[in-house]
Amino acid sequence: MIQLSVNSLTKSFDSNRVLSNLSFQVNEGEFVSILGPSGSGKSTIFNLIGGMLLPDEGSITLGNVEISGKRGSISYMPQTPSLMPWRTTLQNVLLGQEIMGKADPETARKMLQKAGLGDYENAFPHELSGGMKQRAAFIRALLSPQPIILLDEPFSALDELTRLDMQKWLLDIWNEHKPTILFVTHNIEEAIYLSDRILILGSKPAKVVQEFKVPFGRPRMEGIFLDKNFLECKRSIHHALKNH
Amino acid sequence: MINVFRKGWRPAAVLLLLFILWEMAVNLAEVPAWLLPPPTDIIQEAVMGWEGFRPHLQSTVLLSLCGFAIGTAIGLLTAVILHLLPFIRESIYPLLILSQNVPIIVLAPLLVVWFGFGILPKLIVITLVCFFPITVAALDGFRQTPGELRHYMLMAGAGRGQLFWKLELPYSLPSLFSGLKISATYSVMGAVISEWLGAKAGIGVFMTLASSSFRTDRVFVAIFAIMLLSLLFFGGILLAERLLIKWKSRESGRK
Ligand SMILES: Nc1ncnc2c1ncn2[C@@H]1O[C@H](COP(=O)(O)OP(=O)(O)OP(=O)(O)O)[C@@H](O)[C@H]1O
Ligand SMILES: [Mg+2]
Repeated sequence: MIQLSVNSLTKSFDSNRVLSNLSFQVNEGEFVSILGPSGSGKSTIFNLIGGMLLPDEGSITLGNVEISGKRGSISYMPQTPSLMPWRTTLQNVLLGQEIMGKADPETARKMLQKAGLGDYENAFPHELSGGMKQRAAFIRALLSPQPIILLDEPFSALDELTRLDMQKWLLDIWNEHKPTILFVTHNIEEAIYLSDRILILGSKPAKVVQEFKVPFGRPRMEGIFLDKNFLECKRSIHHALKNH
Repeated sequence: MINVFRKGWRPAAVLLLLFILWEMAVNLAEVPAWLLPPPTDIIQEAVMGWEGFRPHLQSTVLLSLCGFAIGTAIGLLTAVILHLLPFIRESIYPLLILSQNVPIIVLAPLLVVWFGFGILPKLIVITLVCFFPITVAALDGFRQTPGELRHYMLMAGAGRGQLFWKLELPYSLPSLFSGLKISATYSVMGAVISEWLGAKAGIGVFMTLASSSFRTDRVFVAIFAIMLLSLLFFGGILLAERLLIKWKSRESGRK
């Protein structure tokens, strides 16, 4: 079932045309990545879906409801953790629910426990490591009541080892809750490892130049990084990116 | 407490040294007491004259606390209104800055002409000196909220009210407390100035009486009382800050 549908979206900033006739769909329970070079307009797509910007042309629907210009229709995890420094971890992960209505601390506590943040429930953000902050930010997005989560390069600021850790952790969580996720990255391996489908974005102006179905089943093991198929995927994606 | 002691001993030692020098200089040069009394005289007067001084002190404390409370409330309210209504901010803020250029010493007698010798003109004077630092500090705090936090709140669907209560207000607290510290010390100043206008009791009254009868030792008692009072108010705000902004004090404690 189609959850999110982006139809012929066009957006310019003054004379700078960033998106042109962009269309794609995300199905319920699917993990879709948007892969594109820096400055290609990935964050702009999120700002449009999130209602922060209005499209010049085209429409965005979420479960058959038009959501362009409507803030709060999606759950969001930004590139920086963006936790409120005066809130404890527990209060921070509840923020998304609070904004939309009712907070449920019990579920939040359980989730923190599972994420290894149980002992840090009452810690403030400056007492957490970078990876822990990202976990908290993701749990906040996961607990928010909206039906789809947008993640904007959530791991790009982390070091390689922490990033691998976080990717594995994200997959575990995804397997358990099966949320619908739209994930922005410019890391090819990350996109292959995590997603069901990859949308390759060409830049200036951005549109989907190729759609790539990831041929690996679930649950995924770390071992696939060394799989021959994995390298093959990487090569063809690289190729698609290069040719645009 | 130990921390206060560790940090406080240096200025305390300097102060003590200054007093000793003062005492010696006055004695050696045989300066008459009405010109400059030695510190021991002042201390003696403070102890001996305590019963006579206490009602004045009480009156000033009460006046400055009331004025400070009103000034804080009005300062905060002004900041919130100016922040939430950009149109009003653009038209009022410059005038507000201009209003601070009117010297209180000039304004105070006028207030007496308009409102008489009651408590009202005094409260107005204190409010006038108190509210501005609070308004500026709070406004700065509201406006300096990091873009990434604001972006998250908006993406998550926060309305104007939620943006204010869940982001701007808590974010502005440290800045607000800087304003409160300034205002707290100003409020004692404002109270004394307003008492000069004419009052039944207060350190300002005590001071006018003392200086007109050449009781310089009493003038100094009043000066030290004002300083101590300001310090006490400052400490009170500091304490409130510690209690209210736990996340900040823990943060700086770790550094
Ligand atoms: N608010 C704005 N006003 C004007 N131009 C903008 C605005 N937001 C984005 N742009 C422009 O749109 C283009 C795409 O920006 P965007 O942030 O969407 O890229 P991105 O793909 O997210 O890049 P990165 O991977 O570095 O995050 C850039 O050329 C940028 O200058
Ligand atoms: Mg971006």
